Amino acid sequence: MPDLGLEVLFKGKNMLRLLDGLGVALKISLIAVAISIPLGLLLGILMTRKNPIVRALLRLYLEFIRIMPQMVLLFLVFFGATRVFGWNLSGELSAVIVFTLWGTAEMSDLVRGALTSIPAHQYESGAALGLTNAQTFFYIIIPQTVRRLIPLSINLITRMIKTTSLILMIGVVEVLKVAQQIIEANRMSSPGAAFGVYLFVFFLYFIVCWPIGRLAKYLEKKWV
Amino acid sequence: MNWDFIAQYLPLYEKAAWLTVRLGIAGILLSILIGLACAVIQYFKVPVLRQLCTAYIELSRNTPLLIQLFFIYYGLPKLGIQTNATACGISGLAFLGGSYMAESFRSGIEAVEQIQSESAYSLGMSRLQVMRYVVLPQAISISVPAFVANIIFLLKETSVFSAISLMDLMFTAKDLIGLYYKTTESLFLLVAFYLLILLPVSVLGSLLERRLRHAGFGA
Repeated sequence: MPDLGLEVLFKGKNMLRLLDGLGVALKISLIAVAISIPLGLLLGILMTRKNPIVRALLRLYLEFIRIMPQMVLLFLVFFGATRVFGWNLSGELSAVIVFTLWGTAEMSDLVRGALTSIPAHQYESGAALGLTNAQTFFYIIIPQTVRRLIPLSINLITRMIKTTSLILMIGVVEVLKVAQQIIEANRMSSPGAAFGVYLFVFFLYFIVCWPIGRLAKYLEKKWV
Repeated sequence: MNWDFIAQYLPLYEKAAWLTVRLGIAGILLSILIGLACAVIQYFKVPVLRQLCTAYIELSRNTPLLIQLFFIYYGLPKLGIQTNATACGISGLAFLGGSYMAESFRSGIEAVEQIQSESAYSLGMSRLQVMRYVVLPQAISISVPAFVANIIFLLKETSVFSAISLMDLMFTAKDLIGLYYKTTESLFLLVAFYLLILLPVSVLGSLLERRLRHAGFGA
């Protein structure tokens, strides 16, 4: 029986430290989500406007953020902002900035998709009933859009949580970094620790993301 | 911007870009195979295998690639399963991508209405014929957008490979920033090369989507 290093998890405060690391990752993704949902709503509504300049600019922003790997964005902000603007951003702040930019882009596209998927006759019926544009929007369009949006934005949260694992690469001490430290510290006493600790981290992410994903799926089935 | 520096290190990036593309293609091909296998198993409701597929899909979709790679690269050798970084990168990408591909194929198959296969059965077609001539042609055209999105997603995910010391674009950029402090130039090259890889895929993908939209009924 090879040494699986599972006992390392129960030594001292190792388990708590890993959970703290997960907390850092969750905190960053939740802050980013909290900012990007309202911003994304705003940009998404702007995208459905007819103004060609606004649309072209938003399109450019969206496509650039979407086509770049998140890791590249993290590097651009973390290293690039220091060089170009002389800002000395901490890893955590850069991570929040990148995830907000990315989340806003994704969210705005979801909002745009949901808005354009509402058939034109909904607007027309609203107008035919004598509602003003604002009334049509608030009483007819928004309630339908929100139902389509909520499952999709919950999915965005799980994607964001999964992507936080990347912030290890810009030096934020999160769950994976803590795992590395624990493995390193116990190299002599349990050389197999890499197996147990990484397996544990794997399941930590699973335990966080799986219920959220299920919730999204459930709401999607219930509402659509 | 120091153009001499850019010219000097262009070949390095080119090499790294090819590595990214090679590993990406290998991983994507494998994940298409895994995805097809899972989708077929779930469609025909093969007992036991079906539950295994579901478990695999949930596990792989709800964990980040970086952790999967760390587990394969640093964890599995402790069990005596030795791999090199390349094989590890490809298998990690396939492990992640397989589930995404499976989901896109499955939703494509599910989107074909029941009445289609029922009509085909009533015409006397066999199960395989129904699959081959009625369900799959429609399912494929429905799942193309998700499929293309998955390919771009997986190509982007290859940026994580730098963490297991594969010399991809990310690794090269990080290396050059650390060695020479030429941050602007290194990042510029990084962005340029990723655009070079990903833009054509994205454009081709949307062309393909437009080309295949004719199929499908009632949509």
